[in-house]
Amino acid sequence: MSKALLYDATQCIGCKQCEQACATQNNLGYDDGIAAEEYQSAHKLTAVLTRGDKFMRRLCMNCQDPSCASVCPVGALKKTAMGPVTYDASKCMGCRYCMVACPFSVPKYEWGKLFPKVQKCVMCPDRVAQGKPTACAEACPTGATKFGERDELIAEARQRIRDNPGTYVDHIYGLEEVGGTSVFLLSSVPFESFGYRTDIAKDPLPMLTYRVLSHIPDFVPLGGMLLGGVWWITHRREEVAEAEAREASEKKNGGKR
Amino acid sequence: MMARPLFRFTFWKLVFLFLMAGGVYATFIRFTQGLGASTNLNDQFPWGIWISFDVLCGVMLAAGGFTLTAAVHILNVKRLHSIIRPTILTAFLGYILVCAALMYDLGKPYNIWHPLIMRNPHSVMFEVAYCVMLYTTVLALEFSPIVLERFNLQKPLKVVRAILIPLVICGVILSTLHQSSLGTLYLIVPEKLHPFWYSPLLPAFFFLSAIAVGLAMTIFESSLSSKHFGLQLELPVLQELGRVLVVVLGVYGILRFEDLANRGALKLAFHAGYETYLFWLEILLAIILPLVLLMQRRVRSSANGLYISAVLVVLGFITNRMNVSITGFEGSTGVRYFPKWSELAVTGMIIGVGFAAFGLAVKYLPIFPKQELAVEKASESSGVAVGAVMEHAGD
Repeated sequence: MSKALLYDATQCIGCKQCEQACATQNNLGYDDGIAAEEYQSAHKLTAVLTRGDKFMRRLCMNCQDPSCASVCPVGALKKTAMGPVTYDASKCMGCRYCMVACPFSVPKYEWGKLFPKVQKCVMCPDRVAQGKPTACAEACPTGATKFGERDELIAEARQRIRDNPGTYVDHIYGLEEVGGTSVFLLSSVPFESFGYRTDIAKDPLPMLTYRVLSHIPDFVPLGGMLLGGVWWITHRREEVAEAEAREASEKKNGGKR
Repeated sequence: MMARPLFRFTFWKLVFLFLMAGGVYATFIRFTQGLGASTNLNDQFPWGIWISFDVLCGVMLAAGGFTLTAAVHILNVKRLHSIIRPTILTAFLGYILVCAALMYDLGKPYNIWHPLIMRNPHSVMFEVAYCVMLYTTVLALEFSPIVLERFNLQKPLKVVRAILIPLVICGVILSTLHQSSLGTLYLIVPEKLHPFWYSPLLPAFFFLSAIAVGLAMTIFESSLSSKHFGLQLELPVLQELGRVLVVVLGVYGILRFEDLANRGALKLAFHAGYETYLFWLEILLAIILPLVLLMQRRVRSSANGLYISAVLVVLGFITNRMNVSITGFEGSTGVRYFPKWSELAVTGMIIGVGFAAFGLAVKYLPIFPKQELAVEKASESSGVAVGAVMEHAGD
């Protein structure tokens, strides 16, 4: 049911047609200058990196349990059942917590605009919903970027590593990172050499904050009761003291009345 | 005698005008050309000084409000009653200014109300947004008796007084939640934040330090107010706060170092480096120096000693917030961030407005007890000190 992308760097020829297709799909400009940029930005949602004769793609990993969607106060970012992590600019208020929180530092911002949006690869949700592959996968001439069922792509990635001993680094990037993603990467050289962090947690990060947040509904009535109780006790003492003083003075005056 | 206040008047007025001019110009750039032109923020560094100082520090510096209302109204510590109004004023102004700063930082400030209807309960930011909104309302209500008294509106005054205790309780709970949640914000970036500052205990650290700063700010502004409004300094009250401050700082310090040791980050503190220097600066200012000072009776019983200790604590925890939100990210992003002049100008203007608003409020509203105000009136009649008072009141 859930879709995913498998990028096999060993099949990539660095033609950057995925970049071109992505730009067209997202109504972004594309020219030689932008093609030369080796990083994602608000006007370039995927980038092909070149190191000698090795290539690597960078794009949003579309995590299974995305930090960005978890931290977004207005729910502008959402994980869909089909796989894409989508963004609704009309909800966004521009707090940029998604950019801070993303373990892959993917979301980018339109800093130059007066009414800026967050920009990131959203895995072509409209195309995916229509049963079509993402623009990048469709454009790829070698099949290095492959679109398909998530489970099947995982099996295929495992198969490729198994069938070609010595070709790949024994690591499907995105399978375990932050609890799994919807983009899987295979490479013949270490992922670190392309700036991918391999020290990323195996568990979804949103649990780190939700563990704390989930205590709030319990804390509020408890805290209220506790504070109210303390107030009651500290002021009760005073009332008692006052009442006693009043009684004492009444007793004194009592006989004379 | 006349020469000094006259000089002060001009100097602080100039500072204020300078801050306002810079701030207004920066505001113009921000709202006509966007964040890119007005800040040094970029894709590697999406949060800068407007979040670090204006929001994180702003909320922390306003923590005196909940700390003191809890002490006076809940714990029934009557001695502190005389300083509660200036503290609530500071907190109320603080939160208004935090909200104002957010309007600069948000990419689309006109959507600031969205969390009201678009809720994501998994988001710490959502929780902070709600708490800050609600707590600002609570502070407005806690502050309202001061205004109502001024205009002698007995009926609404009665209503507010009747609900005061539930209000205070709400305020304390809301503050506990969002003061700690500003630390929780950073729990989701274990790989990005330097181990000096990333800790599962961040919420506890933020909360404890907010209490410490709340106490320190109360000492700080009482001292400043007494100087500049010619008020009697409530020295015994401040000594009391100083003692509590020692305990809070002690607990915070022990927790902090236990946590560093448990996570194996303590050994990093002895490797020279950019982060290490700023870490020790923070620890020295926020914990070690104030503890050494305040543990001595001699320091605690002197107005200057208390004042200096309080300033150290405030500076120390400002350093802490800047470290958590800026220094701690520079390693993982590989980018150094330093604010653009316009970012500093907006922050400067906000601070200036805070000081001026405090001064005006003290002048026109019954913030300080009556017999003390008489002294203020006397100095006001000279017509010279007012300006100094306006701009230099403790915020």
